[in-house]
Amino acid sequence: MVAYRSEFLVWILSMNMPLVMMALWTAVAADGPVGRFGQRDFVSYYLGMFIVRILAGSWLVWELTMEIRSGTLATRLLRPIHPLWAFSATQLAAVPMRVIVLSPLVVVLYWVAGARLPLHDPARVAIVVAAIAGAWLLLFLVMAIIGMLAAYVESALSVFDLWLAAQSILSGFLVPLELMPAWVARVARVLPFRYILGFPVETLIGLESNATALRDLGVQWLFIAGALVATIALWRRALRRFAAFGG
Amino acid sequence: MIHVSNLSKSYRVHRRPPGLAAALRSLVRRKYENVHAISELSFDIAPGERVGFLGPNGAGKTTALKILSGLLYPTSGKVTVGGFTPHERRTDFLRSITLVMGQKQQLLWDLPPAETFAMNRALFDLPKREAAAIQNELVELLQIGPLLGKPCRQLSLGERMKCELVAALLHRPKVLFLDEPTIGLDVSMQSQLRNFIRHYNETTGATILLTSHYMADVAALCPRVIVIDKGRLIYDGDLKALVRRIRPEKRITLHFSSVPAPGSLDRLGNCVSHSESQAIMSVPAAQVTDAVRAALEQLPIADISVEDPPLEEIMREFLGGERPGTGGGTP
Repeated sequence: MVAYRSEFLVWILSMNMPLVMMALWTAVAADGPVGRFGQRDFVSYYLGMFIVRILAGSWLVWELTMEIRSGTLATRLLRPIHPLWAFSATQLAAVPMRVIVLSPLVVVLYWVAGARLPLHDPARVAIVVAAIAGAWLLLFLVMAIIGMLAAYVESALSVFDLWLAAQSILSGFLVPLELMPAWVARVARVLPFRYILGFPVETLIGLESNATALRDLGVQWLFIAGALVATIALWRRALRRFAAFGG
Repeated sequence: MIHVSNLSKSYRVHRRPPGLAAALRSLVRRKYENVHAISELSFDIAPGERVGFLGPNGAGKTTALKILSGLLYPTSGKVTVGGFTPHERRTDFLRSITLVMGQKQQLLWDLPPAETFAMNRALFDLPKREAAAIQNELVELLQIGPLLGKPCRQLSLGERMKCELVAALLHRPKVLFLDEPTIGLDVSMQSQLRNFIRHYNETTGATILLTSHYMADVAALCPRVIVIDKGRLIYDGDLKALVRRIRPEKRITLHFSSVPAPGSLDRLGNCVSHSESQAIMSVPAAQVTDAVRAALEQLPIADISVEDPPLEEIMREFLGGERPGTGGGTP
């Protein structure tokens, strides 16, 4: 039980990175707004980031690489359900638990720090739900693609580290994209990273109009379609390679 | 039920000598070589058969089982199991087979076995009542009732293996691939599992292909054996016929009530081992009756038994040198 509790603690701490960024940026904004971000906007942004990470987080890449390298993926392959369905079920099943554990913190921050989550418009709510579902799916598929590289390279997790490094900058995780140089923000709009974090957060806290959010939702789901095609194609090829790691 | 024709499987393996220099060199120029795990393997297994799949370490047994269960793609050749091509891994195929690997587990490590059973029931889409009936029957046969609520990580190896079997058989597979199912178990537990496997085969008519390094498993379960070495078929046929070919002699074990006279054993056959209270003689099968009669008449016998030589010894001799070829006993 000690192992589980400590693992749980590490997970909670790793989930809290947006709160660290929130503290940092609200301190920076104490002397005046940064761009159009005042203190309250930063609180809203990073609270939104925290919520999106709770709802759309995934750890597939670690599980998949480990199972391919150790050969334990074989057990899943013998079941009459596609392993990615099984993985997705496990990960989605964890969302309610995350919500239960972390929602008190969200509520406290919402009331105490005065975050803004303008979700009165049903159309906006629908877009937010689709954007968060899309963020989860996109991250899941990206992790599936990178995880399957374990059938080809010895350390797929290093590839994922590269992805994470790019994602932390180009998704708006560390700094809201609109505070970045204009060309960085432009580049970020045509890359998938923003659609995993920044876009659902911006939609959730009302930084984007419904029309812009809908357009971006379309882009997000285009990325999802592309990732899905890549996942299916790579899955078939990776399974042939899995031979060498059969265990 | 199982048809294998000219099956070959080769792996591309990276090789390099040890040391830092070789490691750095291999970053620039990697050397690969093809390892042939299975070469031109062919056999057929009829529904309901129990077949032992034997061979030394690295012979290709596990690779073949993995191909048959759809985990690996063959390099060439044709394989069908129950009419399905395994590597396509169609749902109906996966519902009809099971692969139990003694060194791998499918039980959820942190949860009690009952949770794995419930998960498998859902994954295989088994009706609740039917699954419960099968589970109860298997649990009773293997006597694991008290273990169902215990976390898997706290079970002993033997207890876990029994639970593995229940998890693997809940969906009533028609084909069982068993890879070292008794590895690491004590003699009593091995015997229990063997009885269970035989019972399952006899009551369901399932086809069983079993690999084991414990020859007792093979002797108890498999009338037919397929022997491969370096990926090639070297024998396919009746186990007893193989034993007769390799060692046409029988073993007579004599237990004495008093120390026999010196030289009195010489007339019976070759003495394999002896002490004051016991002797093991090797006698040609045709002369066993005469030898037993002579022993009873001339020696202070307390007990006597006649057996085939140990299968381990026969396999060691077979794989070490003599090759009688395929037995032609494929049903």
